[in-house]
Amino acid sequence: MENLEFRFTAHPARPAAGAALCGVVGSGNMEILIRPGDEADACTVSIKTSARGFGKIWEAVIADFASRHPVGGTRIAINDMGATPAVVTLRLAQALGDYTGGAQ
Amino acid sequence: MNAPNPIRAWDSRRQGRQRRLERAASLGFERRIATPRIKELLEAVIEPRDRVCLEGNNQKQADFLSEALADCNPERLHDLHMVQSVLALASHVDLFERGIASKLDFSFSGPQGGRLARLVQDRQIEIGAIHTYLELFGRYFVDLTPNVCLIAAQAVDAAGNLYTGPNTEDTPAIVEATAFKGGIVIAQVNELVDKLPRVDVPADWVDFYVVAPRPNYIEPLFTRDPAQITDVQVLMAMMALKGIYAEYGVKRLNHGIGFDTAAIELLLPTYATELGLKGKICTHWALNPHPTLIPAIESGCVESIHSFGSEVGMENYIAARSDIFFTGADGSMRSNRAFSQTAGLYACDMFIGSTLQIDLAGNSSTATLGRITGFGGAPNMGSDPHGRRHASPAWLKAGREAGGPDAIRGRKLVVQMVETFREHMAPVFVEELDAWKLKESMGMDLPPIMIYGDDVTHIVTEEGIANLLLCRTPEEREQAIRGVAGFTPVGMARDRKMVEQLRQRGIIRRAEDLGIDPRRANRDLLAARSVKDLVRWSGGLYAPPTRFRNW
Repeated sequence: MENLEFRFTAHPARPAAGAALCGVVGSGNMEILIRPGDEADACTVSIKTSARGFGKIWEAVIADFASRHPVGGTRIAINDMGATPAVVTLRLAQALGDYTGGAQ
Repeated sequence: MNAPNPIRAWDSRRQGRQRRLERAASLGFERRIATPRIKELLEAVIEPRDRVCLEGNNQKQADFLSEALADCNPERLHDLHMVQSVLALASHVDLFERGIASKLDFSFSGPQGGRLARLVQDRQIEIGAIHTYLELFGRYFVDLTPNVCLIAAQAVDAAGNLYTGPNTEDTPAIVEATAFKGGIVIAQVNELVDKLPRVDVPADWVDFYVVAPRPNYIEPLFTRDPAQITDVQVLMAMMALKGIYAEYGVKRLNHGIGFDTAAIELLLPTYATELGLKGKICTHWALNPHPTLIPAIESGCVESIHSFGSEVGMENYIAARSDIFFTGADGSMRSNRAFSQTAGLYACDMFIGSTLQIDLAGNSSTATLGRITGFGGAPNMGSDPHGRRHASPAWLKAGREAGGPDAIRGRKLVVQMVETFREHMAPVFVEELDAWKLKESMGMDLPPIMIYGDDVTHIVTEEGIANLLLCRTPEEREQAIRGVAGFTPVGMARDRKMVEQLRQRGIIRRAEDLGIDPRRANRDLLAARSVKDLVRWSGGLYAPPTRFRNW
């Protein structure tokens, strides 16, 4: 296991739900939980992953996501079982969609 | 006036044929060969340095004849020049390891790709060329005409007529080239019957037949279990349907055999129908009978399918849907690889399939280091036929995107659909294809590129669609490819500003640009989520092979 922590500045999200949960912890997949965070213009991300050594790619994937979507004021927790960047990006978009009620 | 050259014989091939038939007759052979005597027959009618065509594609295999040939005495039979669609069986490679054959012209080697590469490196085999199917079939009638062909059929009657069953595949092309140029045709059959359901090959084109001790092998190559389709593949399928199929109104097409395109097939009755596309896309196909197309057929989305071969378990379903499939008067399917490949090349507006590597010019390859895999039919379907003359809306639109409103020809849509990373985080997008290193290490004339970049019109990844038709410079093309290459090193090295400009011009389109809600990219959108669902859709007519039955 590897634990990764990131923080990105981002435009504030407009939550429509208290929290959103998406995905499953299964091989090649991941589970993501979005909750309200402490800073309105920042997003903190903590990742528990079964695959070691991919910190750089995680950072790039999430930085890219935070630059494309308003995710400020959120705290994101990810439990990963070897999801590819494609899966990570999709799950982030799905969870954020649920969290904001589709408004992005 | 000079007298005609008296030395030149004009019927040496016929004489050669006669010589072989007489040798066989002198050993007491008639048209029906007793199973244990097959090796003796092969040694009698084949001569050293003969060109021998061994039937076998990625489906039906003349496996008994292949094993018999590999067991022949290399002192009798040697230096054979094998011409064959696919090198798939262990016995195909044994021929070279045992010194019976020395030269090979072929199309595809799939599972034997590693052994083949070693034989080339050890100089135990000389490869003439790696062809597409149509190219190889074409050469059977030009400069690779077989002296002897070894084919497979389902049944024979006492007269020697053959019934190939649904898997006719390559048989007509091979027999035609051999029988009408002084060659010898030998068939292995599964059974001898009094009356055939229909005649696929007439008896006077067949010299010998042998009842094989077990039915010929057929690989269920086109069965994709919907249970293995992922949400990411659903997302990519949604993008392809909305951004390409709907946009161009693609009615006539061929699909690759991967899970990416299986996902599209399973979205036709759901997502595509919801978009109002039923009857406007995907009505006519050059395609093997993919089980994952059953829900679309049952929902009335499909009008016609011509097939290269059949698919194990689909026989009864096909027979019961003769409006859709090509079938004989007996009811069973008639496939034909040469005709279906021609249809895929000339009569289809789109090919969409997957690959293992794509470079910055859009060249794609399934060759990886240490394996010579070949191409099969993908380059026929996945190429723009410059000889095409008939127009269709999809073809015209693509042509005008590439060449402007006054373009004098259209373009086939050639779409590569890939996730940016394969298993074990191997990037699909690369600076240089492994094909180039393979060319060096194998001493090939050309790198084994499957689809040339200048034929590719679109690349679909989880990140979006790149429309290469609209790119005007090699730089734009490169950035369009980088712009959908995700987080691979190639994708990370993109010029962000230029990619954003390409997006403004609609050359790159993301899911959100297409109005796709990622939350709908879910397996629930698939018309079938398991093989059992497919059986249910077929009304019990589809009988999947055991390995796909998990209930």
